[in-house]
Amino acid sequence: MNVDPKPLVACRECDLILREIELLPGGIACCRCCGAHLYRNSPDSLDRTLALVLTASMLLIIANVYPILGIEIQGVRNATNLYGAVCALWDQNMRSISLVVFITTILIPVIELSMMLYLLLPLRMRRVPAGVPLILRILQCIKPWGMVEVFMLGVLVSLVKLAGSASVIPGAALWSFGGLTLILAAVAASFNSRDIWAHLEIKSGGEELR
Amino acid sequence: MSRPMLTAAALGLCSCQACGLVSRPADIHETARCPRCNARVSIRKPDSIRRCWALVIAAYILYLPANLLTIMETGSLIDYRQDTIMSGVVHLWKSGSWGISAIVFIASIVVPLFKLMALTFLLVTVQLRTTWWPVQRAKLYRMVELVGRWSMLDIYVVTILAALVQMSSLATVRAGSGAIAFGSVVVLTMFAAMEFDPRLIWDPLRKESDI
Repeated sequence: MNVDPKPLVACRECDLILREIELLPGGIACCRCCGAHLYRNSPDSLDRTLALVLTASMLLIIANVYPILGIEIQGVRNATNLYGAVCALWDQNMRSISLVVFITTILIPVIELSMMLYLLLPLRMRRVPAGVPLILRILQCIKPWGMVEVFMLGVLVSLVKLAGSASVIPGAALWSFGGLTLILAAVAASFNSRDIWAHLEIKSGGEELR
Repeated sequence: MSRPMLTAAALGLCSCQACGLVSRPADIHETARCPRCNARVSIRKPDSIRRCWALVIAAYILYLPANLLTIMETGSLIDYRQDTIMSGVVHLWKSGSWGISAIVFIASIVVPLFKLMALTFLLVTVQLRTTWWPVQRAKLYRMVELVGRWSMLDIYVVTILAALVQMSSLATVRAGSGAIAFGSVVVLTMFAAMEFDPRLIWDPLRKESDI
C-alpha cells in the first residue's frame, strides 16, 4: 500500500483527494477539479517573511504614533492619529463602530505581526517555540479581519473629501500606512504555514496519512 | 475528468480547515480534532447552510437602515448636511471627484449588494442540489470572499473625518447611526461567507458520478 510516499491533500473548496506533487520554486499547486490553490512552494519563505515582518512592525509603530492627517481651516489646526480617531468615535457614542475600527486596524495587525515574530525568530535560530499549532490556528482565523489596506484607501478618500474645504497636511503616519499596506501584502504572499508545519514534522518526526 | 474523482468525504477522511492535514477521524459523529493542530475537524462545516442563511437574513434586514439612515452629519458655519451612503456618493460626484465617487460607490453600494445576492444564489443552488456551472459558482464564492472586506471603506472614512473635523464652531463631522447598521452588514456578510462551505457546491456532482 505504501509505495507512494507522497502525502494526500484535500482541496479546501471541492474536497477532491489528490496526492501531493513536487513543485518548482515559486510554483503553485492547483486543484484538478475546481482550480483552487492547494499549496505553493516558496523558497526561503522563512527568511524573507521574517525580514518583511520586522519591517512591517516598525512601520506599524510609526503608523500608530504619528498623526495620519491634519487639517487647517482659517488658522485653526487639528490632527489625529489612528488611536485618536478610535477614541473620537467612542466619545461620540459610536462604541460598536469604534471597536470594529480598533480591532480591524490596530489590534489584529498587532497580534498578527507579534505572533509571526514569536514563530519566526526562534525558528530562524533553529528552535521551536511553544504552542505553534495554536498560534498557526489563530493566525489563520484572524487573517480576514486585518484591514490595513482598506483603511489606507479610506484615508485617501477622506483626503479627497477634505481637500475642497480645508488645507490638508499629510502626517508621517500616512506614508508609513502606505508602506505598511505594501509590506503586509508581501508578508501575506510569502508567509507559508506549510513550511512551518514541515519544519515541525522534521523536528518531531510526526506521522501523516499516506 | 477521465480518472475517478474521489473526495475526502467519500473515503471517510477529514481535511483540517485550519492546517490542511488530511486525517481519518476515529468517529465521524463525535467532535473530532485534527491530530496535528487540534482544531475541530468535520467532513463538512457543521450546519453551514443554516448558519449562513441566518447571517444573510440578518444582513438583509440591516441593509435597509444601513442605506436609509444617515451615516455622516456635517455641520459648518454655512451649511449643515446629513448624508446617507448614496447621497454621499452623489455629493462627491457633483463636486467633481468622479474617480473617488466611483470607488466609494463600488465599495459601499455594489459590493454589499453583490455579496448578499451572491450568497443567496449560492445557498439556493446548494439547497436545490443543482449540478449547473460548479466552476463558475466556485469562482463566485472566491470573489465574495475576496471583495467583502472592501466595504469597510465608508466606515473608515467616517472615522477619520469625525476625528479630524472637530473645529467646534467652524466645522464638525459626526458619525450617524446608519454607520452602525452599515458596519454590521459588512461584518455579518463576512461571517456568512466564512460559514458557507464551498464543498457543498460540488457534492451533488460527486453523488451522481459515484453511482
